[in-house]
Amino acid sequence: MTSVSIGEAPPRQGPGRRLSTFLYRHPRVRLWALLALPGLWLGLVYIGSLIVLLLSAFWTTDSFTSELVHEFTLDNFRKIIETPVYRDVAVRTITMAAAVTVACAVLAFPLAYYMARIASVRTRNLLVVAVLMPLWASYLVKAYAWQVILSGQGVINWFLDPLGLAFDGRSNVGLWLVFTYLWLPYMVLPIYAGLERIPGSLLEASADLGGRSLRTFFRVTLPLVFPAVVAGSIFTFSLTLGDYIAPTLIASDQFIGTVIYREYGTALPIAAAYAMVPIAVIFGYLLVARKLKAFESI
Amino acid sequence: MKERTDRVARWAALGLLVAALSVVAAGCGGGDDDGGSAALEGLGSSTEEIAELAHEEGEVNLVIWPSYAVLTDEFTSATGCTVNTKDGASSDDMISLMQTGAYDGGSFSGNATVRMMATGDVAAVDTDLVPNYADISEGIKGKDYNSLDDEPYGVPHGRGPNYLMFRTDELPEDTDSWAVIWEDDQLAANKGKISIYDDSIFIADAAVYLKATQPDLGIEDPYQLTQEQFDAAVALLKKQAPNVGEYWPGDVVKQIGSFTNGDSTVGTTWPYQYLQLQKANVPVAAIKPKEGTTGWSDTWMVSSSAANPNCMYLWMNHMASPEAQAAVAEGFGEAPVNLKACDLTTNPNHCEDFHADDESWWEDVYYWTTPDETCKDDDDSTTCVTQADWKAAWTEIRG
Repeated sequence: MTSVSIGEAPPRQGPGRRLSTFLYRHPRVRLWALLALPGLWLGLVYIGSLIVLLLSAFWTTDSFTSELVHEFTLDNFRKIIETPVYRDVAVRTITMAAAVTVACAVLAFPLAYYMARIASVRTRNLLVVAVLMPLWASYLVKAYAWQVILSGQGVINWFLDPLGLAFDGRSNVGLWLVFTYLWLPYMVLPIYAGLERIPGSLLEASADLGGRSLRTFFRVTLPLVFPAVVAGSIFTFSLTLGDYIAPTLIASDQFIGTVIYREYGTALPIAAAYAMVPIAVIFGYLLVARKLKAFESI
Repeated sequence: MKERTDRVARWAALGLLVAALSVVAAGCGGGDDDGGSAALEGLGSSTEEIAELAHEEGEVNLVIWPSYAVLTDEFTSATGCTVNTKDGASSDDMISLMQTGAYDGGSFSGNATVRMMATGDVAAVDTDLVPNYADISEGIKGKDYNSLDDEPYGVPHGRGPNYLMFRTDELPEDTDSWAVIWEDDQLAANKGKISIYDDSIFIADAAVYLKATQPDLGIEDPYQLTQEQFDAAVALLKKQAPNVGEYWPGDVVKQIGSFTNGDSTVGTTWPYQYLQLQKANVPVAAIKPKEGTTGWSDTWMVSSSAANPNCMYLWMNHMASPEAQAAVAEGFGEAPVNLKACDLTTNPNHCEDFHADDESWWEDVYYWTTPDETCKDDDDSTTCVTQADWKAAWTEIRG
């Protein structure tokens, strides 16, 4: 500590000191400095490139060379609304996303409940690791593995053969199984977190007031954990809505992602116009989720 | 406090919007370069100069059909250019890859070359600077898919048919017709086990079948179809679609897997998959059916904005050499265009087996090319369905 005698100016501070003093005195500059990099990434890289992509929905391509032609037109939107196949594919994809969400919720809930409320600490930690481990494996590896499982010679048919049944795995049902498998961890974890947050005292109070286990479950636990389920469903729904790799490998029907992927190279305007459909659907879904307070449970 | 955070939030949103719009402005502002057949920048003017400049470039980036780049280690040690490849799934895929400007060139089929020559994405080739070009069969040079205004635009690579492949333990061994995937009774018999190439160019295969079975439609060239002929082909494909077990998306692994498992028993394929399945002792046969078939005659082309033009020229010369021609012809299962390769193949009968020198065999093989509104004939009154409509129709057919 340098001693300062009265009448003398304080010693000059180094540049680092001066910067920290300045930031201390100007909290707004601090805030902006902190937000600058992520803000730049979000604005320039993410939103900016999305806007450039979606702008091309108003353009068209040369009918021979497939080159982009910068002429304003609403033809792409007209084509998407009028041609039945685009409607069918959108409905099929949304239905698949909903089916996957329901399946994931049904499978994840018992597991998360066991992990949160019943399992010992050691078992719980092991289960968390077990649930997260598939996320370490590459998506493609998992998809190809399921291709083998679902094939005519695969494990499923090996079980069903002696019973005289056959399962056509390369169908939308097979795809539904694959999606459920892929996104299950994303549903287990929010539900687990939601269930953990319920104070045990609430359940005891319910029992004290005469509620048996099923009643407590439906009247106390479920309403409290429902936002967490919705939060998990955001992941499963949106991931299924946009996916194109699993449908290409497993099924032979078209989905929104596969259509966009095919059109993307030489028919960019149609792909961009069609890409607005999942964006609009997710917007709507998120608005509903927000109403159901899911954002507080992620 | 809340007022302050509101204000900050509002300014932040405005800042984001400004940033986003500036990206848009930058993106829109850049105009396209007009495609002319300008000389390739940075290319040496003699073979010696090319070899020197290639050492400085050090690498070549290619878009290829699977397994088309052979003997890359020998090439790198001889020229100093490392070879980086990217597999294309379809011609459309390759065109969009080339448009990124990140590649120096690649191996393209007729339905990509015609478009890229028209847009100027590929540059004319000075064949004096490609010594092995002289050994290529004359019958392949100067075609409409590898030259424009009598200028050669690429170095031919090889050609092959799209086979009808079937498992010999499921279908009769003497199958000789495309009817197995087009006729109602056969479709029902093979339902769920048919494997079809997932690209709009497959409409031409329907046209090939209609050419043989419905001659009153008057189909001559399966790629230049009048609206009536096109509608008939699309109707045929829509009839086939519910029976198709898989559409393989240029990802040969998917088809190889499904034929090995027996999930697919019949379908269209490239010779590459057939050779892989044979090596794995899967009981398959692949034939050119009696109605003829579609096929491809591929050409190596150089991008007009290539960053490494000298390495690219050395690569094109390398792929035209007898050694590389022999290796790729046997690896993929196609006919080489440099007949000196015929003495170097491990199977001494490869060239006969693949009809490298038999032009009559190729008469009913219709190489992939791009549909053109003018029908590519001298008759001004005929109009044909455009490439864009082919692509749009394929999405409808897939359902």
